[in-house]
Order: sequence, then C-alpha cells, then structure tokens
Amino acid sequence: MTVRRKYEENFFRFLSFLFTAIIVFALVQIIWTIAKKGVPSLSWQIISQEPKGGYYFGKDGGILNAIAGSFYLAVSATVLAFIISLPVALFMNIYLIRYQRLLIGIRFFLDVLWGVPSIVYGAFSFTLLMYLGYKNSLGAGTITVAAMITPIMIRAMDEVVKTIPIGLQEASLALGSTKTETAYKVFFREALPGFATAILLAFGRGIGDAASVLFTAGYTDYIPHSFSEPTATLPLAIFFQLSSPIEEVQNRAYAAAVILTLIVLVLSVSARLLKPRK
Amino acid sequence: MPSTIELKQETEVKVESIPAHVPIVKIDKLNVYSKGTHILKDVSTVIPKNKITVLLGPSGCGKTTLLKCLNRLTDLYPDLKINGSIKIDGEDIFDAGRDITTIRQKMGLLLQRPYPLPMSIYDNIAYGLKLKGIRKKKIVNAKVEKHLKEVALWDEVKDRLKTSAQRLSIGQQQRLCLARGLAVEPEIILADEPSSALDPISSKVIDEEFLRLKSDYTIILVTHSLRQAKRLGDNIIFMYYGEIVESGPAEQVFENPQSKILQEYLRVGH
Repeated sequence: MTVRRKYEENFFRFLSFLFTAIIVFALVQIIWTIAKKGVPSLSWQIISQEPKGGYYFGKDGGILNAIAGSFYLAVSATVLAFIISLPVALFMNIYLIRYQRLLIGIRFFLDVLWGVPSIVYGAFSFTLLMYLGYKNSLGAGTITVAAMITPIMIRAMDEVVKTIPIGLQEASLALGSTKTETAYKVFFREALPGFATAILLAFGRGIGDAASVLFTAGYTDYIPHSFSEPTATLPLAIFFQLSSPIEEVQNRAYAAAVILTLIVLVLSVSARLLKPRK
Repeated sequence: MPSTIELKQETEVKVESIPAHVPIVKIDKLNVYSKGTHILKDVSTVIPKNKITVLLGPSGCGKTTLLKCLNRLTDLYPDLKINGSIKIDGEDIFDAGRDITTIRQKMGLLLQRPYPLPMSIYDNIAYGLKLKGIRKKKIVNAKVEKHLKEVALWDEVKDRLKTSAQRLSIGQQQRLCLARGLAVEPEIILADEPSSALDPISSKVIDEEFLRLKSDYTIILVTHSLRQAKRLGDNIIFMYYGEIVESGPAEQVFENPQSKILQEYLRVGH
C-alpha cells in the first residue's frame, strides 16, 4: 500500500468515527436534557391524575388524560391502519407480483405519502372534518393518525412480504389453494413476525406525532369516554404545558416528554428484537 | 336414440379398463412466448400413465416452462402468451370454464428447493386435505400418517408432528413436500429437479420414492442430469431450445439417439 492510500484510509476512518460520535452524542444529549428536567417531576401523582384547575394554570394534578388519550388514539389508529394495510401489502405481492412497473409506481406513491409532513395530514383532515361538520374528537384524531401511518405500515409490511420467495406461492397454488387462501393462510403466517415490527413502527410514529392531532383531536383535561369527545395527547401535553408561565406546569411538560420518549424507546427496541433474523 | 345410449355405455366400460400405456397427458401444438421470445415451439407429445417421463435437456431449454404449463402455474406470469392445447384425462386445461384449483389438485408439485408451508409438519399435510373438504380429525390423522410413511418420513417425525416444518433438514423438507403433494391424491406428480438442492443421501431417497410411487402415479420429472434420467426414466422427452428433439421409451432414446445434439449430450454427459 502506498503512503497516500494509507493516509486516505486513516482519514476516512476518522471521519466515519467522528460523525458517528456526533450522532451518538446528540442522542445522549437529548435524552439527558429531558431526563434532567423531567425525571425530578415524575411522580405517582403525575401519571395517576388528571390535571386539576386546568392544564394551563393548574399546579396540581398530572397528565393521565394525555397518557390515556395518546394510547386510545394510537391503538385505534394502528388497528384501523392495520385493517387497511394488510390486504394492500398482500395484494401487491400476490396479485401484482409480475406487474413490476405498476408495483414500482405504487411503492413510489406510498413513499411520497410517507414523506408528507404530518401537519399536512392534520390540515387536510381538519378541512375535511369542517366540511363534514365534525368536531375535534378522538375519532377525528384516530382517522387522521391512521391516514398518516397507513403508508408507513403498508411499506413496512410490503418489505416483509416481498422477501417471501415465489416458490412458496407456487407450492401453495399447486396444492389447490386460491390466491386469497395463499395470501391469508400461507403468506400471512410466513410474514407474521415481520408484521409485528411494522405495527410497532407505525404505532411509534402515531403516538409521538403532534401536528396531525393539533387540529383534529383537540385538547381536554379529561379522559375521553367516546370517539366523539376531544382528547388530550402526550405530544400536545408537552407543547401546551411548556408554554405555560407556571413552573410546575412546565415541569409536567418535561415529565410528559420523559414518558413519551420511554414509550417510543421501548417500542423501537421491541421492534428491533422482533425483527426476524435470517 | 337407443344406439347412443348403447354407445355411451360401451365408452364407460372402456374408460374403466384403461391399459397402463394409455396417455394421461396429451399436449398438442403448444406454443409459449414471452416478450417476443419463443420459449416453447410447437410442442406435441403424450405422457403415458404410471410411468416416469423425464423431460431432459440443457438449462434454459424450456423444460420447466413446459412443466409449469401442465398445472397452469404459468398463470402467475402475465407476460407469457400461450396457445395450443393440453389435455389431461381428455379435458383441456385451458378451457375457460375449467376450475383451476381442481386441475391443480390432480397434480402434486415438487420444486427444486422445498417450500414447506409456514406451519407444523402435521398441518403441512392437513392443509391440502382441508382444501378438499376433509376435516374429520380421524381421517386427517390417518392420512397424515399414511402419506408420511409413504415418503419414509414418519419414523423421523412422529414424535414432533406439531413442530414447525421449517425446522426439518432440507432433505426431510423435500420429502414432506412430496407427502404434502400426495395427500391431495393427485394422479400426476410434477417434479422440477427435485433433488438438485439435496445431499446425495436425501436425493437417493427421493429417487427411490419415485421408483416405488410410479405404480400408483404418473410422474413427470424435469432434470438436466443424465444419470438421473437413465436411472429413473421409462420414457424420455429430450428438449433443446424450446423444441422436442427426440422422445420415446428410455432404451430406444438412449441406445439409439437419432439427432446430433442428443448424441453430443449423451457423449459429454457420459
């Protein structure tokens, strides 16, 4: 090896190391900041009570309304998105498998939808809801978040189903299965571990997003009892409470940030662990 | 009118006493095109019942395409344009009104690599039975045992029928796939180089299965291995560039090759 190539090698290795370190440092710094401000205000009261005297001015109470609301919203949106995504991902890979150009087009559009900022989904849904005469509610938020995470879920599932060899489809059809039986009895089972990852990924995006629920889910001090009531969410709990002039309320926002970060972290790690190893 | 009835009765009697050499598959002027390439050219042949018919030829000569035409797996490939006719038991499989799943259930398929269904060993075999409407536990149990014994797998797996089929060795998987195909009670077994991915021992087991099974089934085997063709074939169809170059009983084709290309193939392939 010439001296020059040796220097080159060292230089680029140094660059890779440097940028990796910056990324890791940034992540640690974010978690540290949230933890430093949030962990001291974490208490049983925070996670077990609704805010007392209003979420903006009331010093007492917790963010149970936002925790419960976020879970209600993210779970229902994920279920709704799954019901839509499953047939699409299977259809693409069983019925359209040989129409490669069409598939490339569909995947491109889904990727574009994936990249659309969530505030656009929020604004779109808001306009639609206004037109239809609906109010801010858990139901409206669910539909908006479902619309936002459906392309993510379809593409994640599609990537899983795509890896199933065509031989398995031939084997199933040769036994006399119809394509639908092949899709739901064979491909579905084969892809199940990967689907779990896709669901967690979409759920994580749904629970952490603020912009899509800003105009659609509303905000309230109470836990919703039906889809037609407005609901609080963790991202908006951070947003609204942080802008309060009262310190105790601001600390509640940091506590909410800690809880939300923990939820997303646990989801990401579980998704990673569930990923099928091949 | 009475004469028609008489005639019909006569035909029915004939059908029951089909002699073994009567063709079960009749292919007539089959042409397959893919995006301007002519993959199969005017293929016409017959495949006799209860024999092993070997489709022999170099890679890319159209053997696999011909095999996949037989159970219309070619439907999966919209680029393929097919004309001509394939009759199985006298019924044209390309007829619009034909139910494709019933046609496919007449044939068991064995691919180059085993593709066990993502379920237990037991369910792999029960799956095809359920598609045929057989759901009684007792009957299913009996059939699972029967067909696993048929492929000499029963003793190896009888204690772990509920474990995933994907945990079996590749040779066991291929035998399971054969058993799965036999469970739907086909008349024909289609095999596309079924032992090419297997170790010598598993591949010998599959070969021996075929020799034993041919008394009950018609076997159509795709291979490019001359050794396997000689060991198993009763009837040889030699293909080259999408055409059938020579076909006939194995002794005749191997002892007395007519075409230059087959003579060359036999010489190089020792």
